[in-house]
Amino acid sequence: MRPVYMISGGITKFTKAEPRKSFRVMVKEAFDYALRDCSKLTVERIDGTVVSYFSDHFTRQLKAGVMAVDMCGLVPKPTIRIEGGGATGGLCFQEAWRHVASGWMDCVVAMGFETMSHVNTWKGNEFIALASDTNFDYPVGGFYTGYYAMMVVRHMHEFGTTVEQLAKVSVKNHRNALHNKWAQHHYDITVEDVRRSPMVAYPLTILDICTMSDGAAVAILASEEVAQHVCDNPVRVLGVGMGSDAMRMADRPHDDVILLKHEDPKWYRGLKYPGVHSFRAGRTACKMAYEKAAIEDPREDLDFVELHDAYTSSEIQTYEDMGLCKYGDGGKFIDQGHPELTGRIPVNPSGGLIACGHPVGATGLMQAVFAFWQLQNNIAKHNDGDATIQVRQQKGKGRRPMRGAIHSHAGTGTYVTVSILESTLA
Amino acid sequence: MAKKVAPKRKSKAPRKSASKPQRPAGPKPVYDKVRLPETDQGATVFRTDPLIVKDHYEIDYIHSYAEDSPFFLGLAQGKLLGSECSACHYRFATPRAYCMRCGAATRWLDLPLEGRVHTWTTCYFGSEAFLKETPFNLALVEFDGVNTLLLARLIGATEKEIRVGMPVKARFRRLAQFKPTDVYFVPADKA
Ligand SMILES: [Zn+2]
Repeated sequence: MRPVYMISGGITKFTKAEPRKSFRVMVKEAFDYALRDCSKLTVERIDGTVVSYFSDHFTRQLKAGVMAVDMCGLVPKPTIRIEGGGATGGLCFQEAWRHVASGWMDCVVAMGFETMSHVNTWKGNEFIALASDTNFDYPVGGFYTGYYAMMVVRHMHEFGTTVEQLAKVSVKNHRNALHNKWAQHHYDITVEDVRRSPMVAYPLTILDICTMSDGAAVAILASEEVAQHVCDNPVRVLGVGMGSDAMRMADRPHDDVILLKHEDPKWYRGLKYPGVHSFRAGRTACKMAYEKAAIEDPREDLDFVELHDAYTSSEIQTYEDMGLCKYGDGGKFIDQGHPELTGRIPVNPSGGLIACGHPVGATGLMQAVFAFWQLQNNIAKHNDGDATIQVRQQKGKGRRPMRGAIHSHAGTGTYVTVSILESTLA
Repeated sequence: MAKKVAPKRKSKAPRKSASKPQRPAGPKPVYDKVRLPETDQGATVFRTDPLIVKDHYEIDYIHSYAEDSPFFLGLAQGKLLGSECSACHYRFATPRAYCMRCGAATRWLDLPLEGRVHTWTTCYFGSEAFLKETPFNLALVEFDGVNTLLLARLIGATEKEIRVGMPVKARFRRLAQFKPTDVYFVPADKA
């Protein structure tokens, strides 16, 4: 595998409903944004595309991928559609990486979208729940918030995690998004606001959950040669990892923790893993990505994380899977302020899915775009001059932010991707 | 009045006889032979800028439970079936044809009709299909001697009463619907 660089990115502003633009025009706008931001890149240099969208039910247009590609003027170049639930965007990014890393192509556009406003919210929840076993799970009351609620009830039972700790994640991510013009929601909220908002599935309230959105995102990846030619400030894709787990969370085993390099087996004596409180796919993806990127200790070697916070609870679960803290310490991790913008390792400086929105096929690519701008150190350029969410040098780290991780997650932890990006700024 | 000038004809066709009676000028009635019949079917229009219309979509599937069929047939007979691996003897509360650990075929296993709540939630909202049933409880049930869990509805207890570890008993619908909800659980002390 040869080195791969991200050379540009673009997104549309995520929104509850964008009836004035079809998915193909949204993708085209994100693509044009990326082209404008990398003015030396010409369409002739692009070898192919990878397109991601999650649900044919939402789109009600089969083979929609090529319609986005033809709108961008990228036919007859090769293209492929990628789908993997909530991780669709992350899988798309990694497929584009493989296209380049393998030497098959020199410049590939990863493009993702979802238009979820075409059905009402509860029909949309039904479509999403069809991404659970339709023999044994969906007919029992298929509802993803219900599934995540069961996971966090067990997490609370095992580790003493509290609903206030969950709420703090929502407060943090919404607060970050107040300074992200691309975010869908700009709410200044408190822990009390989160707890007093309508209960959806105990203990998750409506402010513990991301919303459905319309939107598109694009990431352009290239070989070292192309990157040097067309981009003044490329970002290296340092390593990628992915993992999977059984569709039905009822099938998850109760074994031993899969350890990261910096972890001690003594920490986890007696802990049954992953059960329904942890994500084996997330841990597997991290372990692989960290090994490829030579990350010894993510707490020291990463400077920020954009992770898949479809629920406040899954952000806490994911702190642990990623080794940002020990399994069981996710609640304390947010209590201690570590994932805050000015904390030890900022998590979701963009505002994450909870505040930015979650147009599924675009989400993993949105994370790549925000991470790319972070590592180019030019958030302000893309954010009307507001650099509040630009991650600063952290206490005890003798360097300015150099490395970020993006984490995309599907189902009840069915597919997870983790990609490590590194700045090339001197 | 201006005199009408006949257009010059290029064809060699003979001129019509001048003796034919003159017709008054004006449109002739048109009777299309090929025309789509009009219907009273209209569109539900939500707004016009941009144009948003209602588009109905409905499907009946011919869904086979295939290798899982005995589980659903068992529920109708008051039997709860899981799977046991024929090679490594791992026991799955939710049945599966092949073992996830070693790949060997499984055989059917009678599950105990008593278990405990491994975890649970109360749903106050849900997918459209289940919205009218809210609030309802979901539980993952654990059984002694079985390695994995079973997702089911839990009735007879509210959000305030349900606890992790709470003993529960299986109950079956008298009239089977051949869905996994043909079995549900109730608190053991209320059974
Ligand atoms: Zn086995």
